[in-house]
Amino acid sequence: MSYQSMEEAYARCEKDGIEFWKAVQLEDAEERDIKTEDSWKQMKGMWQAMLDSIDTYDPSLMSRSGLVGKEGGKMEEYLKKGDTLCGDYMAKVMANALKMGCNNACMKRIVAAPTAGACGVLPAVLVTYYREYEAPEERMIEAMYVAAGVGQIIANRAYLAGASGGCQAEIGSGSGMAAAAICHVKGGNKEQLGHACAMALKNLMGLVCDPVGGLVEVPCVKRNVGGAVNAMAAADMALAGIISQIPVDQVIDAMKEVGDRMDVSLKETGVGGVAGSVRAQEVVEKIF
Amino acid sequence: MANIFDILGPVMVGPSSSHTAGAVRIGLIARQLFGRQPDKAVVYLHGSFAATGKGHGTDKALIAGLLGMKPDDLRIPESFDIAEEMGMEFVIEPKELRDAHPNTAKIIMEEKGGKRLELQAYSIGGGRIRVSMLDGMEVNFSGETNTLIVRNQDQPGCITDVSTVLNLCKVNIATMQVFRARRGGSAVMVVETDQVVPKSAIEMLEGREGILKVTFLNVSEKE
Ligand code: SF4
Repeated sequence: MSYQSMEEAYARCEKDGIEFWKAVQLEDAEERDIKTEDSWKQMKGMWQAMLDSIDTYDPSLMSRSGLVGKEGGKMEEYLKKGDTLCGDYMAKVMANALKMGCNNACMKRIVAAPTAGACGVLPAVLVTYYREYEAPEERMIEAMYVAAGVGQIIANRAYLAGASGGCQAEIGSGSGMAAAAICHVKGGNKEQLGHACAMALKNLMGLVCDPVGGLVEVPCVKRNVGGAVNAMAAADMALAGIISQIPVDQVIDAMKEVGDRMDVSLKETGVGGVAGSVRAQEVVEKIF
Repeated sequence: MANIFDILGPVMVGPSSSHTAGAVRIGLIARQLFGRQPDKAVVYLHGSFAATGKGHGTDKALIAGLLGMKPDDLRIPESFDIAEEMGMEFVIEPKELRDAHPNTAKIIMEEKGGKRLELQAYSIGGGRIRVSMLDGMEVNFSGETNTLIVRNQDQPGCITDVSTVLNLCKVNIATMQVFRARRGGSAVMVVETDQVVPKSAIEMLEGREGILKVTFLNVSEKE
């Protein structure tokens, strides 16, 4: 059975003397009764699909509503001037997050991570690192296991859908998964990746799901940037030795509690938040 | 229970796992159950599928599925044109369906001068779906595993017939559900199997008394 808590996954690591990603892979192989090599191949396929997706971005496309599509291209143009506030590397992370968000809105192929709306967070963090630092591909696939394992624990204790728990469950979870994943790539140990995840989740706790017109476009595309930048910051904090004073499992439980209390108008109904703004109403009238 | 590839994945065409990827799956399973590409399809969208379906490409996704496309097929946005080229007529309309899940579609498929199949299914998120009605009978299955569907007259012996035939072919039953409209009326058996049910077994079943129609959803088979 899949891990119900990070603690349980840590215990497996200690018992078998393995890294976190390996504990996730072993569990997958056991659960589905397959060879670890086959699980690896499948994960490699997901990784390849993420790389391909970023490369298929086309800045001339617009979503069906016409609200989004060009953001990835704009960010890329801007960063070429070499004068960004966040620095070259972070600007690339942002551009990749936007590209993926736009790809999704424009009906291109993406990898849900954990959902389609949040599909830009993980690749923005991992693919940018892979390409900028020429990191070994194996390490990146291990990081994909870390992300998946963390996501599964969040799914088991809380949820991953905006309709169930607000955007904290989608972009928030994606950010927590990405923070843990990149922490692994940088050599963080299992406790550090847990802290990275916890800090990323806490920073986005309470985030509501308020898509304009119910479409995965506004604010979703740009929220992928928020999730990615937040993940990088959380991972850097964890690698600096900063710890989350609240254990990660308890942070996930808190997120669940916040999600349960969240009003339904803020859970993908297209009613509250920015979806309820005057501008949103105007846009909706035009589309439908 | 979700495995890690439900967390990272599916690889899909956006924008929504429930409204796009799930809709493709509904169309695809409808086609697989029908056994071929329908000549004509009437598609009804209910609830959130009707309200936000257009912006999510739910309409295009359902048609793409009926044309045999998978959720990661890049031709999904052009499915309407492709349907025309391939000679599949279709109509899509919003419709309130009683007691249905918000993300529900109902599809009526027809073969010219031939068979007809009516299916209702809903999308549960993450690109996964459940079939809820088949030819007006309530059912409940995911279509993720091999599934044998037997429509029969509600009379003693039918269930034994099915399990005997499957046993003869060394097909292991994973789950089995029985639904009926009323006692002695028409009933449907949904049997999820670990192995593929061979053609011979399906023919054998079709010949049994009280069995009206046998359909097999083969998920191991590539189209
Ligand atoms: S606002 Fe809602 S639909 Fe958009 S990314 Fe967040 S959870 Fe998903």
